Amino acid sequence: MTWLTLILGAALLAPLLPLGNHDDSVAGLTQPVFAAPGGLGAAHPLGTNNYGLDVLARAVYGARTSVVIALLAVLIGTAVGGLVGLVSGFVRGTTDRVVGILANALLAVPPLILLIALGTVLDPSVRSIAFALSLLTIPSMVRLARANTITVAQREYVLAARALGAGRVRLMLREVLPNVVLPVLSLSVVMISVLVVAEASLSFLGIGIEQPQPTWGNMIAEGQGGVMQEHPYIVVVPGICLFLTVFSFNLLGEKAQKRWDPRSAKL
Amino acid sequence: MLELAAVLFLVSIGVFLLLSLVPGDPAVAVLGEGRTPQEYAAMRHELGLDQPLLARYGDWLGGVLHGDLGTSLVPPQTGVLERIGSALPVSLELAVLGLVLALLIALPLAMWSAYHQGGRADRAISAATFGLLSMPSFLIGIVLIALLVDGLGLFARNEWVRIGDSIGGNLHHAFLPALTIALMEAAMFTRILRGDLVTTLHEDFILAARARGMSPLRIMLSDALRPSSFSLVTVLGLSIGRLVGSTVIVEYLFALPGMGKLVIDAANQGNYPVVQGAVLVIALVYVASNALIDRSYGLLDPRTRRAHA
Repeated sequence: MTWLTLILGAALLAPLLPLGNHDDSVAGLTQPVFAAPGGLGAAHPLGTNNYGLDVLARAVYGARTSVVIALLAVLIGTAVGGLVGLVSGFVRGTTDRVVGILANALLAVPPLILLIALGTVLDPSVRSIAFALSLLTIPSMVRLARANTITVAQREYVLAARALGAGRVRLMLREVLPNVVLPVLSLSVVMISVLVVAEASLSFLGIGIEQPQPTWGNMIAEGQGGVMQEHPYIVVVPGICLFLTVFSFNLLGEKAQKRWDPRSAKL
Repeated sequence: MLELAAVLFLVSIGVFLLLSLVPGDPAVAVLGEGRTPQEYAAMRHELGLDQPLLARYGDWLGGVLHGDLGTSLVPPQTGVLERIGSALPVSLELAVLGLVLALLIALPLAMWSAYHQGGRADRAISAATFGLLSMPSFLIGIVLIALLVDGLGLFARNEWVRIGDSIGGNLHHAFLPALTIALMEAAMFTRILRGDLVTTLHEDFILAARARGMSPLRIMLSDALRPSSFSLVTVLGLSIGRLVGSTVIVEYLFALPGMGKLVIDAANQGNYPVVQGAVLVIALVYVASNALIDRSYGLLDPRTRRAHA
């Protein structure tokens, strides 16, 4: 939890912090290449990479990219998936069946392969990566929202509201939605950590955000080809950031599920 | 079966549409830059790119149904099917080996953990598996390389040995990548199986077996394991998607000539026939293995057999 506040705070305030150079490789030419970590107070507390860019600054800006992408994607995925699931679970019939087949088709391609295929088409910007990642969350969101809607829609109070003459939209938004929101939200917290990993994997493979803009994934990729063996901190710094962030979101997600969605709280 | 076909059909449309939107001109990808516009136009005609979209999809699908996935745009201009044919076995071997290793690690750990529920070993295993679940597979791979290859000098990183050439050499080479894949899955399996085992161990028939003086190991293996493996099989099905993903990453990390490397290289070069074909084949394998897992419920729990009959 402390870590999450720290990393989110640092990501938010990154432009205000007194950090070194994170993406201007021309200015990096004047800096030492592969400077060893100097500790607090040194010019480069966590060292520099092969372009003379400051590793600490890159880790912080990387957090910015990673977290922004994951949050954006979860937001889109939850909104779209939740809404589609709600409508298809409430309306049922043909709509429901079509949505079901579409969701299954999306699920039929393994997530990373889908991302790579999308990566061939989309340009590697924050916005398009977030869009691609949100496609991953939509099918499971649809399923969860739909399943919950179906159970809730049969409750007596929904029937009562219907008998009082409430319209479909009002029923969905006022009666059903509030009961579906919590489990959907708890899944989206879990999704954040999945997406942080997915984004990192994509950047690691060189298909996501491109250098020199830093993300943890492409920072870790810098360690390939023998660099890691000579300068371990190049990999260790972003690796630890990534691990701690995913770990914290996992803990948070588990707590959220236990609290809001007792049925799926297993694991 | 009908729904499977519908899903695969949709996937084929999706894959096709997606990749016909590729920015940049495939003709440039084939010929390279600096040719005359006439030459590019001729190449586009040769590739059939001047046809309307629907006709191209029809052509492609017709070819796919006859086992022809087209030709790679980038040299060597071999058939996509051949490329996949040489890459798929590598990936399948890795995935299967990873899965087997994962089960080999997970089963004893889960049994040990469930038997000593709440004890120190249980808590340690629980913490370790939770930590592992927070590690992306490429991070696990890097840590393993740092520890085992650079630290202990156990596995040399050299050229991939095909299983046909030398089984020993192949296994020696595949072990580390497979272990990378296995660790994360093992963490997941251990947690699931432990949870179910703990519940099963409180059942009356376990008490009865214990009263008859059966050893803990025997109880675990012959009485507790089967009724507890239900969630495990479900998770096994779900994990195949993740397994494909980590196989791709591990192939990239260890530079193995599998499907992952094929797709990534093709994606970076804009070599769309290869991406199309590979994604379609992967989806096919994925959907088929999930269907297989659905069938296996019947083997484990006779109560579900009627539903499939």
